[in-house]
Amino acid sequence: MNLFVFTNFFAQAGKDLKDLGEYAGEYSSKWDSGAYEGGLFFAGLIKWLFSTNEVSSALPFAGTVNGLMTSLAADGSIFPELGGLLITIGVVFGFVNVFAIGAVWSERKVSAHMQCRLGPMEVGPHGLLQTVADGLKLLTKEDIIPRLADKPLFALAPAIVFAGVLMRFVPLPFGDKLIASDLDLGLFFVAAVGAVEVLGVIMAGWASNNKWSLFATIRTATQMVSYEIPIGIAFVTVILCCGSFSLMEIVNLQGGDLAASDGYDYQGWIWHWNLFRNPFMPILAIVYFIASLAECKRAPFDLPEAESELVSGFHTEYTGMRFALFFLAEYAAMYLVAAVAVVIFLGGWWSGIYPLDAVGMGDEDGFLVKTAGVLIKVGVFLSKAFALVFVQMWIRWTLPRIRLDQMMYVCWKVLLPISLVCFVGSCLWELASGGASVFGFGIVVE
Amino acid sequence: MNEAKIRTEEMLLNMGPQHPSTHGVFRVVLRTDGELVLESESHIGYLHRCFEKCAEGNNYLQVVPYTDRMDYLCAMMNNWGYAAAVEKLAGIEVPERAEYIRVIVSELNRVASHLLAFGTYGLDIGAITPFLYAFRDRERILKIFEKLCGQRLNYSYIRVGGVTFDMTDEILADIEAFCDYFDPKIIDEYDNLLSYNGIFISRTANVGVIPAELAVSYGVTGPSLRGSGVQRDLRRDAPYGIYDRLEFDVPVGSGEMGQLGDCWDRYMVRMREMRQSIRLVRQAVKDIPEGPFCDKKAYRAVKPKAGEVYKRVEGARGEVGFYVVSDGTNIPYRVKARAPSFCNISILDKLTSLSNVMLADLVAIIGSLDIVLGEVDR
Repeated sequence: MNLFVFTNFFAQAGKDLKDLGEYAGEYSSKWDSGAYEGGLFFAGLIKWLFSTNEVSSALPFAGTVNGLMTSLAADGSIFPELGGLLITIGVVFGFVNVFAIGAVWSERKVSAHMQCRLGPMEVGPHGLLQTVADGLKLLTKEDIIPRLADKPLFALAPAIVFAGVLMRFVPLPFGDKLIASDLDLGLFFVAAVGAVEVLGVIMAGWASNNKWSLFATIRTATQMVSYEIPIGIAFVTVILCCGSFSLMEIVNLQGGDLAASDGYDYQGWIWHWNLFRNPFMPILAIVYFIASLAECKRAPFDLPEAESELVSGFHTEYTGMRFALFFLAEYAAMYLVAAVAVVIFLGGWWSGIYPLDAVGMGDEDGFLVKTAGVLIKVGVFLSKAFALVFVQMWIRWTLPRIRLDQMMYVCWKVLLPISLVCFVGSCLWELASGGASVFGFGIVVE
Repeated sequence: MNEAKIRTEEMLLNMGPQHPSTHGVFRVVLRTDGELVLESESHIGYLHRCFEKCAEGNNYLQVVPYTDRMDYLCAMMNNWGYAAAVEKLAGIEVPERAEYIRVIVSELNRVASHLLAFGTYGLDIGAITPFLYAFRDRERILKIFEKLCGQRLNYSYIRVGGVTFDMTDEILADIEAFCDYFDPKIIDEYDNLLSYNGIFISRTANVGVIPAELAVSYGVTGPSLRGSGVQRDLRRDAPYGIYDRLEFDVPVGSGEMGQLGDCWDRYMVRMREMRQSIRLVRQAVKDIPEGPFCDKKAYRAVKPKAGEVYKRVEGARGEVGFYVVSDGTNIPYRVKARAPSFCNISILDKLTSLSNVMLADLVAIIGSLDIVLGEVDR
């Protein structure tokens, strides 16, 4: 039910904001290099790249997708992009759900094996279907709203938290050209929309009318405000080095002449990743990773849902599907921050091995080679992101939780100065080297 | 808006009786200013089961199972405390072998209890993995106990006059195998995992400092007292059983990571005591003599002369004392138990009033005192 309402909500939003969408599209096409045709509307939802002939022809199920899209688009006279919109939402939503199911299972398995346990073993082979069973259970649970809760806020909060996370998937690529919408201000969008999630969390804690939830809410607000700053500075540094806000562009730069639009005359190897661009980048990457743990409320920064202190934080009073939405949002956020780290530091979908990356990139490559190329890139991207998610889990099951004042200390007195130093250092490096990487390989843009 | 016009107020927060970190049904009412806890007020009694009154209605041997249920995490020492009191009252001689068995099972039980304290303390601080490691190893001890007396928690194994069942060679071999497995490899592993973890130290050092005089004046005993640097251990200072024949050290806190008597010191005393307990077990297993395991007459019935006696032993949480009054019948006239957790937890409100602690610190303090509510309320 929620899913339907949610999808509807977005479709409606798209309709209402058609004008804004057109404006955004106009704005975008002015600045877009033109590689991705089609409209961008409402703060960027939309448009799965299947709709461009280029990619869909390279994919085996392109016919079905195109057919579906055409039929959907046919009667969407008011809103011709509705078909694309629904498919985009469907794919992103589907990915988030499937990922969350897999991540919950693997988190349980990872923790179990770290703790000399087996983890779920009963439902399906090695408990693979355990999360599905849990999901079904959550669906059938009674939806309880405490009598003294602020009902509208209470009901709205999970949707806002989930929407906040889901919206950030919009400018996030899954592989070469597989992106919901390549926003020009992609990285800015990711950082900005992150605040929506906080809003939802604050609503949830406040509306629950529970003192412990209120504690969690205040903690969340404190934490988010603090940690968006190092993350923001990390983003700014990357933007400064790459000369673009667009996540696609940032990745392409790290791949060299393969995705080349203009000026990239070098072969993209692993040392062209932003991580190795200058000596400050690895430090900045670590700063980003730590701050991103705090941002998605993972241990050791899980203060907002500190089980031993606040019972379970802002979602104490939630049951059933509303609780599941918080849960989904948490895991989606885990993937999201990992994927953003992959994009801005770890070369996106480039494996770092030029010949491997070059598969399927040639103009005269056949259908199979192109498909293989797409699959390799998606595989590489997802593997990197999942590896980071694994590190998040690893940290969670190893470290104790830090205290609120220590959390603030780490942010304001450690991460912020370090990130500022890295920012200034990167600026100077770029200035002095003319954009050369630390290994002396020239990166010449324009 | 003018800042002076904003009305702020303190919040009363009810922590417990159902709360993950109060280690049982324990309720603290907190007066908080944001994350700061200004004042706390403890409420106990949710687990009161009238131990002392029950003891007046059962004969001397039947009281033993009630003592199990006081501190259910180190039931052996409770059994021992009560048995020792009755033995003194009735003038019963405990066979040599029984004394050795008592030391072995008590020290193993102390390790099991400290393991649980270690694990749950990790949980309180937010580290979940140490908890399961601790349970993995505690399970081995419980298996040994299960083999020995068929029970995993409420043993009633140490009884008036000796112990209930004899210790077989097979179990002795199991115990030796456990000692070899556990010390030093596993305890070192715990230290690596949690004790010297930077975040753990920053969460526990300088938190909940109990000065030595304050600890003594509140009657704090056991590891919580030794964490404040006070050298006091009944096994050494008022030896009972065969402790005077065994070699062991009494670890005390030294303020290594912060101030003397902070949470880390109390925690670390427990970690070091585990090594000492294993040392004691090894000695006792090596020297254990042959012979009877229980006084034959006392195995069946006990009927002391009229009189009164107070006997105390060193439990995992401090002094376990039993005051037993006899009127010459086979039923105790009065039994009064001195429960270490009860005295230890009484210092909590004082600690929160001494310095401003944060909510997360309060959880750390309660965890470091290592209370068992079954014993606080009896």
